[in-house]
Amino acid sequence: MGRLRIAKVVGPVLIVVWTLVPVLWLVSLSLKGGDHINDGRFWPAAPTLHNYRTVFRTDLFTSALRNSIGISLIATALSVVLATLAAYAIARLDFPGKKLILSVALAIAMFPTISLVGPLFDIWRSVGLYDTWPGLVIPYLSFTLPLSIWTLAAFFREIPWEMEQAAQVDGATPWQAFRKVIVPLAAPGVFTAAILTFFFAWNDFVFGISLTSTGRARTVPAALAFFTGASQFEQPTAAIAAAAVVVTIPVVAIVLVFQRRIVAGLTSGAVKG
Amino acid sequence: MAAITLEHVEKRYGDGFRAVNDVSLEIADGEFMILVGPSGSGKSTLLRMIVGLEDASGGVIRIGARVVNDVPPRDRNLAMVFQNYALYPHLSVFENIAFPLRLRRLPEEEVRRRVEEAAALLELTEHLDRKPSQLSGGQRQRVAMGRALVREADAFLFDEPLSNLDAQLRGQMRTEIARLQNRLGVTTVYVTHDQVEAMTLGDRVAVLRKGVLQQVDTPRALYERPVNLFVAGFIGSPSMNLIPATVEGRRIRLPFAEFDFPGETPAVEPLVVGLRPEHIEDAAMVDPAVRERGVTFEVKVEVVEWLGAEQYAYVPYEAPPDLVRPLHHLAAELDRESARTLLVASLNPASQIRRGEAAHLWFDPAKIYLFDAGTGESLRPSTLQQHVPEHQNPEG
Repeated sequence: MGRLRIAKVVGPVLIVVWTLVPVLWLVSLSLKGGDHINDGRFWPAAPTLHNYRTVFRTDLFTSALRNSIGISLIATALSVVLATLAAYAIARLDFPGKKLILSVALAIAMFPTISLVGPLFDIWRSVGLYDTWPGLVIPYLSFTLPLSIWTLAAFFREIPWEMEQAAQVDGATPWQAFRKVIVPLAAPGVFTAAILTFFFAWNDFVFGISLTSTGRARTVPAALAFFTGASQFEQPTAAIAAAAVVVTIPVVAIVLVFQRRIVAGLTSGAVKG
Repeated sequence: MAAITLEHVEKRYGDGFRAVNDVSLEIADGEFMILVGPSGSGKSTLLRMIVGLEDASGGVIRIGARVVNDVPPRDRNLAMVFQNYALYPHLSVFENIAFPLRLRRLPEEEVRRRVEEAAALLELTEHLDRKPSQLSGGQRQRVAMGRALVREADAFLFDEPLSNLDAQLRGQMRTEIARLQNRLGVTTVYVTHDQVEAMTLGDRVAVLRKGVLQQVDTPRALYERPVNLFVAGFIGSPSMNLIPATVEGRRIRLPFAEFDFPGETPAVEPLVVGLRPEHIEDAAMVDPAVRERGVTFEVKVEVVEWLGAEQYAYVPYEAPPDLVRPLHHLAAELDRESARTLLVASLNPASQIRRGEAAHLWFDPAKIYLFDAGTGESLRPSTLQQHVPEHQNPEG
């Protein structure tokens, strides 16, 4: 027992250290000024916000931030709405080809993204979607929808049929039953799907760098690769670190805000339990 | 409020299975109708067809004068209480009850008035702000009923509403449902597989077997004049002893007794004799003058259960296997165990019969039921006529 208890303490500590050290390193780097980045010390000797100021003064970064926020939010909103409707149909209706849809969706989710970049590049160039917001929103949708549909379908299946039937007997149209009863009950699933989608879009690098060429649509992960220092003799490492910290903040914030919403057991009390 | 009429209603599934088969039933305005039967008898399906959650494959369903076969559930103006209550867990008790009213966009003060009225009736007033998950089983049950009440619906439909409650609560809620129905006088259809609910709540009881309506009558008539073996075995607790028998002239032979039948014996063989446990008595407890009229027989009692107010004796007996087989089928259909043939007797609690001892039991042959073992039909009505006055026993 003693050994087990030790393992229970040591394991989590190891995992936390393992995951947090790079983040701390990034923060530390972003606070170092000038030539200090190579001083070989973990903590900055003279912490400064200089890098952050530089980053926010750079057009490259601010436009990329705008693009990232816009594209990610649009992709998330569309993906969640479409996935909710599709998952509901899959969970509730019996129609031919249901299994096929689910397995094709899963196959798409497992597709290596990089293999699609080439063809997409060509197609987008010829149809005029290259370097535009829709040009990124569409691939994000197609890669996140399958996962969202699977997640939401699982949630919908958990909701007792009677909920909906009760609503219908109470006088609700199928749409009202869906909106007033099913969606609120599936809220944790909807949030989960939304977060997964947002992260995918926010963190994507492959599409971001290959389907854009200017600040019109380039997202932050792609833009980071184009960072240069204040002069060509200066390494942009610290600035990149600062930008990386800035783009990490929304991710952390979202997780902290929504982890409370992603609680199971929302349906407790609906039926005899 | 409205009458509900079913005419030759059918439910066929894609694979040809008939869950409900040619059921015709008239439920009068304000009547409390019970649909009863073992699992798989189609009683819930029938209820769900009335409310519109299942489409009828054939026949006509009328609510009042309106044919509702193609009317969606929301426009039938019926209220339903589900077996698992189906409360909306994200809404408070108040909003749960108000839900049907909100859908109709009633003004706020009207909603408040009606919800509070229903809550007062169901003693839920102090729970209105809580969520369903914070309520006990009985309270959830009452919320589900409240949601049905505020509707001022044409009829109430209950789908085994008490099956999730423990025995004591079930008794309370049963009384409460009876009280509410009495007070509101709304047409009610109530599905159950529970004997006691069926007998105590209903004005009339409809017994279903494999989707076919067997008999519709008052609880008393079902108990006294079952039309066939199925109804006889289903109604009554403990259930009727069904005993294979042979006939010779007026003489009826049971595995443990033989006697002269006081009426005309039907010319059908093999026969099944139905004998209710409450009609068997310890011979020692029967007045000698009365004992003369009946049949006394000696058996070895295997188990005696003394419950204070009643006492049950269990007597195993041997019977020819080919005569017993159809009875085993019937028992299986009624969801009952029947590994062997067993006579159950409900004795006077003062009886001194002990287990393992030989005992003299007694019954009145005028109170037996006769069934055609082949078809299961009751053979009693024709012979019964002349005996009705003497064996109609008001308390059963």
